[in-house]
Amino acid sequence: MVAEGVETFDPIVTDAVIVGAGPVGLFAVFELGLLDIKCCVVDILDKPGGQCAELYPEKPIYDIPGMPEITGHDLADQLVKQGAPFEPLMIFGHMVSNLERLENSFKLTTDRGQVINAKVVVIAAGGGSFQPKRPPIPGLEDYEDISVFFAVRRIEDFRDRNILIVGGGDSALDWSIALQPVAKKITLLHRRPDFRGAPDSVKKMRALVDAGKIDLVVGQVTGLNGEDGRLSGASIRSDDGPPEILCDTMLPFFGLTMKLGPVADWGFDLENNRIPVNNETFATSEPGIFAIGDINTYPGKLKLILCGFHEAALMSHGAHHYVYPERTIKFQYSTTSKDLKTKLGVI
Amino acid sequence: MAKITYVQTDGSKQTIDAENDSTVMETAVKNQVAGIDADCGGACACATCHVYVADEWIKITGAPSEMEEDMLDFAYDIRDSSRLSCQLKVSDELDGLVVHIPEQQG
Ligand SMILES: Cc1cc2nc3c(=O)[nH]c(=O)nc-3n(C[C@H](O)[C@H](O)[C@H](O)COP(=O)(O)OP(=O)(O)OC[C@H]3O[C@@H](n4cnc5c(N)ncnc54)[C@H](O)[C@@H]3O)c2cc1C
Ligand code: FES
Repeated sequence: MVAEGVETFDPIVTDAVIVGAGPVGLFAVFELGLLDIKCCVVDILDKPGGQCAELYPEKPIYDIPGMPEITGHDLADQLVKQGAPFEPLMIFGHMVSNLERLENSFKLTTDRGQVINAKVVVIAAGGGSFQPKRPPIPGLEDYEDISVFFAVRRIEDFRDRNILIVGGGDSALDWSIALQPVAKKITLLHRRPDFRGAPDSVKKMRALVDAGKIDLVVGQVTGLNGEDGRLSGASIRSDDGPPEILCDTMLPFFGLTMKLGPVADWGFDLENNRIPVNNETFATSEPGIFAIGDINTYPGKLKLILCGFHEAALMSHGAHHYVYPERTIKFQYSTTSKDLKTKLGVI
Repeated sequence: MAKITYVQTDGSKQTIDAENDSTVMETAVKNQVAGIDADCGGACACATCHVYVADEWIKITGAPSEMEEDMLDFAYDIRDSSRLSCQLKVSDELDGLVVHIPEQQG
């Protein structure tokens, strides 16, 4: 579920903005931090870790240097911890949709209207932004954002609605439970009687079904009925359910998929959907904009987390003069440098 | 080795020689068969490699595991023939297999 945070629409001013909180974007916070570059990180997901957190949180990774075995979830956790001394501003549930060059800086705007001004842009967008799957139900587009929604931003927007929730995972369960008190009616439609979601949520949902507060139907949506984007019902295929479920709102939850998304419109000469960079500083063709991790390409590129970490370190040195044009970088080791240890809060 | 035929929704077909121990998903991706996204690279964690196994092959490919069945919840238009192609291991037994690719993976 996406947290119902208070929207802060005051523009954010920072040194570097990192698009994507995957492992590589998270490590960039640390590397930039060592060079006194303050970061703001934006991700459409509701949590840090990118693919590691979304696609394989429980699977062990075996090729992180110095860590013989670590799960995707734990790696994300550790990276957040490592970057924490630099107090990055993390914005989740926002997709960076617009990137504009101003005279000496960049202006980024998210799909929810948050503006971020930064001297340097680091694109760590990985395989693209994670977006809700849009099931190929005929005519679905006509209803989107009027009566079909892929996410719940504010519970209050769903008050007194007759809602059809489709799916069997955690989102479908959590939102059935959370919206039930405000909705006029909730019907939960799932293709089979079993649910894969967290056992506790399944139990809660079943209790609400038994109490007559949620209608549970086993079946699949085949079509939408209504006019001018206003839903009147969904046709379904079901062994023992009705042919149509009457509803004015539908929330389909079929998980997420990676789509390149807005990065495609930012004027880069993409190669196979990747941003070409020079492999000295991982600068793109646009001065002040860098690309690291799975999103970039250069001769010899390997899409591995460890390569992304290396790229983050070199990128930071390349980005430094955009933030501190008058300074030169003094090369230091974290083990011995008093200055670095002070920044890390270890002395 | 097994010959696998991938059929698109418009009826167009590609028949490919698949190596034993690879998967029906990997073979598709390696040979640029459209419509298999495979976001998670075969970890049974994304359901963007959904296919329909031709009726006559269902007996041979067998039923999905519990993990795969759970993951199928994230694909659309599930039928009895639905499988995640990353979970279909190629073997001589599958020589001649026909799979249909859905209209869209999501
Ligand atoms: C199942 C599986 C197993 C793997 N195993 C390994 C392994 O053992 N070792 C290894 O090194 N690698 C492994 N990988 C690959 C590894 O996960 C990736 O290389 C790594 O995640 C890339 O990190 P990243 O930070 O570049 O991008 P990602 O992890 O893809 O993160 C990018 C983030 O950017 C966000 N984003 C993109 N565009 C926008 C936008 N416009 N606005 C807001 N947010 C945006 C996305 O939502 C995403 O969260 C594996 C991958 C998978 C799927
Ligand atoms: S490739 Fe992701 S589930 Fe098959």
